[in-house]
Amino acid sequence: MDAYREILGGLPTTLMLGLLALAIGAIGALPLMFARRARSLLLRVPARAAIDLLRAVPPIVWLFLVFFGLTEFDVTLQPFTASVLALGVVSCAYLAEIYRGGFMAIDHGQVEASQALGLRRRDALRFVLAPQALRVALPAIVTYALALLKDTSLAYTIGVREVLFRANEETQLGAASPLSILLFTAAIYAVLSIPTALLARRLDTALRSKVAR
Amino acid sequence: MLAEWGDYLPSLLSGLAMSLKLAGASLLVGMPLGLTLALMVQAPLWVVRWVAIAIVELGRAVPALVLLQLAYYGLPTIHITLTSFLAATAGLGWITAAYSSEMFRAGVASVPEGQHEASAALGLGRIDTYRSIVIPQGVRVALPALLGLAIQIFQATALAFTIGLPELLSQAYDIGNETFRYLSVLTLAGLLYAAVVLPAGALVRGIELRLGRHLAPGQR
Repeated sequence: MDAYREILGGLPTTLMLGLLALAIGAIGALPLMFARRARSLLLRVPARAAIDLLRAVPPIVWLFLVFFGLTEFDVTLQPFTASVLALGVVSCAYLAEIYRGGFMAIDHGQVEASQALGLRRRDALRFVLAPQALRVALPAIVTYALALLKDTSLAYTIGVREVLFRANEETQLGAASPLSILLFTAAIYAVLSIPTALLARRLDTALRSKVAR
Repeated sequence: MLAEWGDYLPSLLSGLAMSLKLAGASLLVGMPLGLTLALMVQAPLWVVRWVAIAIVELGRAVPALVLLQLAYYGLPTIHITLTSFLAATAGLGWITAAYSSEMFRAGVASVPEGQHEASAALGLGRIDTYRSIVIPQGVRVALPALLGLAIQIFQATALAFTIGLPELLSQAYDIGNETFRYLSVLTLAGLLYAAVVLPAGALVRGIELRLGRHLAPGQR
């Protein structure tokens, strides 16, 4: 029983890791998306290259680059910090594409209508376009957040004491069989994601009805 | 840095070959299983339906790393011992099956009802209708999504590093451990992943456009 309690004790670290990375991604994705949509090639091309590269290389490679690679510049990060940073930066790229998809789903007539009403570009964005884009993008954001929750398990490879790290520790201590410990670990993630995934599907239909296309 | 990369390249390329082999094996196991699950989810018998749903939902909800460890460290508890390659194939194959089943399901569902009716009118049985009419059309619709999944599975092969498979990332990590030049060797490994993923992604987008040529611009 103690083994299982010990594994559950990693849950706050897992959740904190996921939330912090998501927060970095949610905010960092905004400038990246605007640069990707900009008219100027000088902004658009580097933004697109950054997004493509961040998504092309597996997250675990980014994690290792941040944790082991940066030591060559005499930057030594704590495993937790390195994990938040790596997962956060990768999230920026994925969320930027999700935000962009949200904006692209809005009918262009909304832009024209805002202009006709005399709204400034910034106000049109804030009161007309962004709220609708967010509604379209929200289910995809939730889906991505769940993918991120699963990716927090990568942090175990550099020694963050989250759920999977503790599960590995317990299998080595041998208080319970590796199979039951790992099944318990799998169940923790399943209990966290399956209800949220179902909710996201409901949300999708409800929110889509409130967007002009 | 370039001179170093020349030294690293042979072992990294052999790692890349292993990564590609693992991705291929996982897709070979996972895709047919995904199609089977997609058909099982629509089965009239509730037991079949619920078993399929459970396999799909678990494959999507549990992190790939946990599935790999279950296959490699967990299964020996019930006296099934797999090599790291087979364990990785089992774990990633499960994930492939879970995600692809949703894509197959959506593809099959997109085939118009009239096709079923026409097949019935021609006297085709249920199995023949699915085999020669519905599945070929459904797979065509699902193809771009399935190819996208194949790319993601290739990226996920990096996780097999944790169960000691000598794929690309673990080759890079070993070199890093020997030389302490992590940045250089990991950068090269990252570029090799990108060198496979970026062209493959462009190819998939090309195929997607080509398959959607008959659609009006708004539908694409």
